[in-house]
Amino acid sequence: MTHLALEGVGFVYPDGTRALSEVDLTIVPGEVVAIVGQNGSGKSTLVRHLDGLLRPTEGRVLHDGTDVAGVRVATLAAAVGIVFQNPDRQIFAGRVQAEVEFGPRILGRTPQEAAETATAALEAVGLSDLADANPYDLGFSRRKLLTLASVLAMETAVVVLDEPTTGQDARGVARIQGVVERLVAAGRTVIAISHDMRFVAETFSRVVVMGAGRILLDGTPAEVFAEAAWPTLASTYLEPPLAARVGARLGLGATPTEASLIEAMGAQG
Amino acid sequence: MLQLHRIGYRYAGYATPVLHDIDLSMADGEIIGVVGANESGKSTLSLVASGLAPGSIGGALTGQLSIDGIDMAGSPLHEFSTRVGIGFQNPATQLSGVTGSVFEEVALGPMNLGLTGREIVDRTNRAMAVLGIENLAEREPRRLSGGQAQLVVIASLLAMRPAHLVLDEPTAQLDPEGTRLVGEALRGLAATGTALLIAEHKTDLLDGLCSRIVVLDGGRIVADGAASDVLADPRLVDWGVEPPSRIRLGRAANARGLDAALIDGAIGS
Repeated sequence: MTHLALEGVGFVYPDGTRALSEVDLTIVPGEVVAIVGQNGSGKSTLVRHLDGLLRPTEGRVLHDGTDVAGVRVATLAAAVGIVFQNPDRQIFAGRVQAEVEFGPRILGRTPQEAAETATAALEAVGLSDLADANPYDLGFSRRKLLTLASVLAMETAVVVLDEPTTGQDARGVARIQGVVERLVAAGRTVIAISHDMRFVAETFSRVVVMGAGRILLDGTPAEVFAEAAWPTLASTYLEPPLAARVGARLGLGATPTEASLIEAMGAQG
Repeated sequence: MLQLHRIGYRYAGYATPVLHDIDLSMADGEIIGVVGANESGKSTLSLVASGLAPGSIGGALTGQLSIDGIDMAGSPLHEFSTRVGIGFQNPATQLSGVTGSVFEEVALGPMNLGLTGREIVDRTNRAMAVLGIENLAEREPRRLSGGQAQLVVIASLLAMRPAHLVLDEPTAQLDPEGTRLVGEALRGLAATGTALLIAEHKTDLLDGLCSRIVVLDGGRIVADGAASDVLADPRLVDWGVEPPSRIRLGRAANARGLDAALIDGAIGS
């Protein structure tokens, strides 16, 4: 279990672009957190601080209360696994099964353990039939599922997903929702960046809204998609899910999910 | 007018075709949405319509592809590239890698069309303005976030002003505001006569944008008609396509015996 904390984190890229300012964020083990915000608002930069791929130019990043400055990425990555937005930056093996086994082997698992966790991870993302395929023969959406399997196989305490539903069809999105639910049931921490507000409202219990490198809102879907928060969402170019907008127009209060909207409509009669 | 007549396509090294018997014509100014589950052939259709398959990646094409009445069989790729633009799903694969700023990146296409300096600058500025990315003009292309890269790629295509434009999930990595701006830009481009073919999972975007929707399933066209009809087709779910939010919400309300007109009213107001 890894308790994550960012304290006053700021980050400026070498070319002078400021990506994060004064970010304070604590995520306790077992939380399921979505990070939303306009393109370029600092979401991907933020999660790269969690495993040390980026180091803050201001402030501190803590794992279990200890500042991770100076701790190697390889060490941090054993606790925090990140599935990147672009699968092609993450894939390198010639066979799907080998690609997924690589992570656990690097972490020191025996070949048999690595094979078993890889097989289970491929099963979880629905790629079991393609274990012998070449990753580069897979379409974009399957390559994304493959990188998800690779990170699942590392069995990290924290799993970070950068836009996991990009390019996925309805079944793919449902599968990813299932993966998140199983991770949560197993007590793992899940953090996902997404632009898909319906996926966010239906899958995550906490939503962090970012704009221009700062945290603007942090609460439950009912809180951050409530009508009072709409102006703040608009400032980072976000719209609440359709169910929330319809619920507000019908005077039903906060209905971030379709199920909650239909429920509220039914209760009103 | 771009016409596909009884098109079949098989990737190099594969035994079976992935597209079968595709009949599709894109009239000037028409915006056609292509939907379907992952692996249903959407990306392959995009590659075929733009001449990249088989022109660049090999494979075997059957049937006839013509542009403005001219059979394109065996035409070299540069013949296609002046008539059809293509935007890939993953913008990282499309950025040229040879430019030092976003402005140069967007200007690269028009420069290769042999336009005058003034025309190149004018088109570049306009394309960036339409997508709201003027502020990125001096940014290094490799420093862009995923969504920003996607907007830059689309700006490059707009600046080329192609007669036909094929886009494979042009808004996959975009925030809702970026998605809205791209929708407006594409509508504007179609108004100048460009025929558009857009493969997308986001049926909410296609709902307001397209006049016509084509559904692919297993490499075949299984539905082709007015957007309002096809998006309301109950078989959409079986084809692995998520219906637009408004339709899904209306159905959920109906299933509970509630008045779906309430939802339509709330969306419309």
